[in-house]
Amino acid sequence: MAHPRILYCHCQYAQVLPKEVKEEVLKKLCASGVDFEAVADLCELSARRDPLLKELSEGGPLKIAACFPRAVKWLFAAAGAPLDASNTQVTNLRVEHVEPAFAALLDPSLSPNLPAVATTTPSHVAH
Amino acid sequence: MSLTESTLRVALYEGPGTRALSQETRFETLKQLLSQGCSVRRAADPGDVSVWIGDWAGDFEEQGEAAAHTCISVAPEHLPEAVEASRKSVAAAPAGQWKPWFPVIDYDRCTNCMQCLSFCLFGVYGVDGDRKLQVQNQDNCKTNCPACSRVCPEAAILFPKYKAGPINGDVVSDADLQREKMKVDISALLGGDVYSLLRERTAKAQSRFSKERDADKALAERQKCLTKLAALSADIPPEVLASLPSPDEIARRAAEAAAKAQAALAPKD
Ligand code: SF4
Ligand code: SF4
Repeated sequence: MAHPRILYCHCQYAQVLPKEVKEEVLKKLCASGVDFEAVADLCELSARRDPLLKELSEGGPLKIAACFPRAVKWLFAAAGAPLDASNTQVTNLRVEHVEPAFAALLDPSLSPNLPAVATTTPSHVAH
Repeated sequence: MSLTESTLRVALYEGPGTRALSQETRFETLKQLLSQGCSVRRAADPGDVSVWIGDWAGDFEEQGEAAAHTCISVAPEHLPEAVEASRKSVAAAPAGQWKPWFPVIDYDRCTNCMQCLSFCLFGVYGVDGDRKLQVQNQDNCKTNCPACSRVCPEAAILFPKYKAGPINGDVVSDADLQREKMKVDISALLGGDVYSLLRERTAKAQSRFSKERDADKALAERQKCLTKLAALSADIPPEVLASLPSPDEIARRAAEAAAKAQAALAPKD
């Protein structure tokens, strides 16, 4: 089975991801010889509805290193490129340490973790 | 600002005709390309990416497959300039001119109540053909201002670059939700809507300014007033408040936004 594709976000225009975490993960990806896509800033790609997002969302199993899964889910959706929840795993570099983050990206098995439904009940569902 | 261009897409190529890159060069080249806003494919097969970056051996870049592509050397003294030239030649998005700060809607939570649309003075929000709320003008949003997320009663507005949850996309807890609802109530208690507060403050400040001869002093006074207002209005950055339009213009835009929201909420024929 092919390894899920890997997308790495560098969060270029904000200090949202700890510098040492994002750089170390990128360094390890470079050293591993694995294929991956790296983007400067996923938020910018979303605002621009960059065609790369559609290509990624429609291309089968995908592992994303960026920030909170809920943010990543809706950034793709806003770009008209909704992610397939059963085929996407997001590693949150805002909170993860380097080793587990990198291990998650390299692991050939995929553990989908996009929020599928609201985690607390919005009022339109409650009433 | 226009958000219609795509980012420049390049491939870090290490196939036939190039020397293999050291890990260090691969990493430094990638970092450089990302700092220039590129999307980089690092793979044995560059696919349909038309700009290839590598350590070219001999004149390979003029022959065979590579000849059909723009070939750029990884040499740090050439790379930044060559990437810029490539960006211009394909009219790709300029890098770093805009901090991508804008609201993102969690439609699992959004109830289409239009509070955000009526609140925003800068025309960031609109509705689609089905009258569903949409973020339409991301680049109109005021950098680092999360104010509209504060008026959303459902915690459905994210700013992925915000410092704290749930606005940054972290899981929404019941406690968060209660807090968000309370904030709306507080702003109501403070005098109906946040804009009336803004208008009042700005008008007071302006009548003071008209008597004020010293422009610097007037500016300092305005800033003091706006800082106080910022403390009242959650975490709206003072520079955003300082760039607010005149009270009349605020009134006009608020009415326009309210009309847009009302039209979206009106029963369909
Ligand atoms: S998706 Fe997250 S990590 Fe990537 S640029 Fe946006 S805020 Fe930063
Ligand atoms: S205020 Fe929140 S729930 Fe209401 S329309 Fe805006 S995003 Fe949706």
